[in-house]
Amino acid sequence: MSDLWRDAWTLARKDLLIEYRSRTAFLSAAVFTVLVLLVFVFGRDPTAVAAVDLAPSALWVTFTFAAMLALNRAFQLELENQAFDGLLLSPASRWSLFLGKLVGNLVFVGSIEALGLPLFVLFFNVSLGTSLFPLIGVLALATVGFVAVGTLFSAMAIRTRFAELMLPVLLLPFVLPPLMWAAQATTALLAARPLSEIRGSLYFLAAYDIVFVTVSILLFPFLVEE
Amino acid sequence: MLRAESLRHAFGAARALDDVSFTLTAGRTLVVFGPNGAGKTTLLRVLAGLIKPQAGAVYLEGGRSAVGWIGHHAHLYGHLTVLENLQFWGALYGLRRVEAERRAVDVLTRLGLADRAGQVVRTLSRGQLQRAAIARALIHDPAVLLLDEPFTGLDLAAAAEFRHLLAELAGRGRVLVMATHNVEEGVELATDVAFQLAGRFVRLEPRGGRGAAAIAEDYRRTVTGV
Repeated sequence: MSDLWRDAWTLARKDLLIEYRSRTAFLSAAVFTVLVLLVFVFGRDPTAVAAVDLAPSALWVTFTFAAMLALNRAFQLELENQAFDGLLLSPASRWSLFLGKLVGNLVFVGSIEALGLPLFVLFFNVSLGTSLFPLIGVLALATVGFVAVGTLFSAMAIRTRFAELMLPVLLLPFVLPPLMWAAQATTALLAARPLSEIRGSLYFLAAYDIVFVTVSILLFPFLVEE
Repeated sequence: MLRAESLRHAFGAARALDDVSFTLTAGRTLVVFGPNGAGKTTLLRVLAGLIKPQAGAVYLEGGRSAVGWIGHHAHLYGHLTVLENLQFWGALYGLRRVEAERRAVDVLTRLGLADRAGQVVRTLSRGQLQRAAIARALIHDPAVLLLDEPFTGLDLAAAAEFRHLLAELAGRGRVLVMATHNVEEGVELATDVAFQLAGRFVRLEPRGGRGAAAIAEDYRRTVTGV
């Protein structure tokens, strides 16, 4: 394993161990996920809006804002005892620091999605059938993109006075496109349409991932320099 | 070897570094005295590579891997134990797990903190936290140690042991740069002494045989101009 990935994994493992010990962010995100899904379910007028029509938006709104909790927490961990300065002092490359945070955030957001997806199926009474694996693919593609951008903006926001407010303001305009494509693909999958209908959305999501993961990796070193 | 050449840096109108130059070879200890706001911490941050100076350059054999930092913040994670923290930082400096653990035990024993190795950092007292921070800075046996008011929070016995440890490190050829406003704290370790005022080294000379009282009197005259 190269130094880049070894250092990235060391950092991600540390973040996950801290989260396992404290469980603060995971529990908050899990409770948030359950509550938002319940609000969507019970706030819906069943005579006016079919569950399947509301479900894609509910799913992506829930996961997006639950992910914000993870992204906010990623660099807040480093504020304790100014540990981030220690990371910058270390010989680990800036790229490995970004990748470590990205991997930690992906595991965290992936865990929330793994918890939220069965609840979503249960609450909205949707039948996934053969759409389950394609939907997991859409989730994965969309999550990689917005977590990469979110990790970058989280590093930027953490040095501001109102980091928790700044992150959504900075991030949401950038994640609208993948959320839109993911919601469109989810709508098609829940309606049991053929996979060929979501191919365009998948291509856009994949292209977004490639572009924004690369740009985030390249920009991160400049963001953390004083 | 550590060399600073014509370092200049300012925060707005406030000059933090003004044409600072020096060279330290193996075994030399430079103690920089100066009042609050003189630019001592900025100097150390520039030497460590945390701040890029607006002019001038730092030459450091071994790059970032060669630097150890002890400052106002511990750079430790509160939810991890002392040993887990040291293993994490050791891994980032390229130490294998077994080697990091061995070094951690050695350093903690030396600092009188071995019995706290399994204790979660956020439960340590201020003095214990500072000793754990010292252990973190020494985990990779750095060739250059940068110390920013390092005795803060240490009781008399711990401060004496730490002074002894620093003298031993200098005796083993390590380069030390210590910034402090307290002449009593650092002078006995110094091979070279600098007085820093408004970013500028107004005095930089070998300590010679002068004791704390003589240097304190020089420093008082330099600062007050009387």
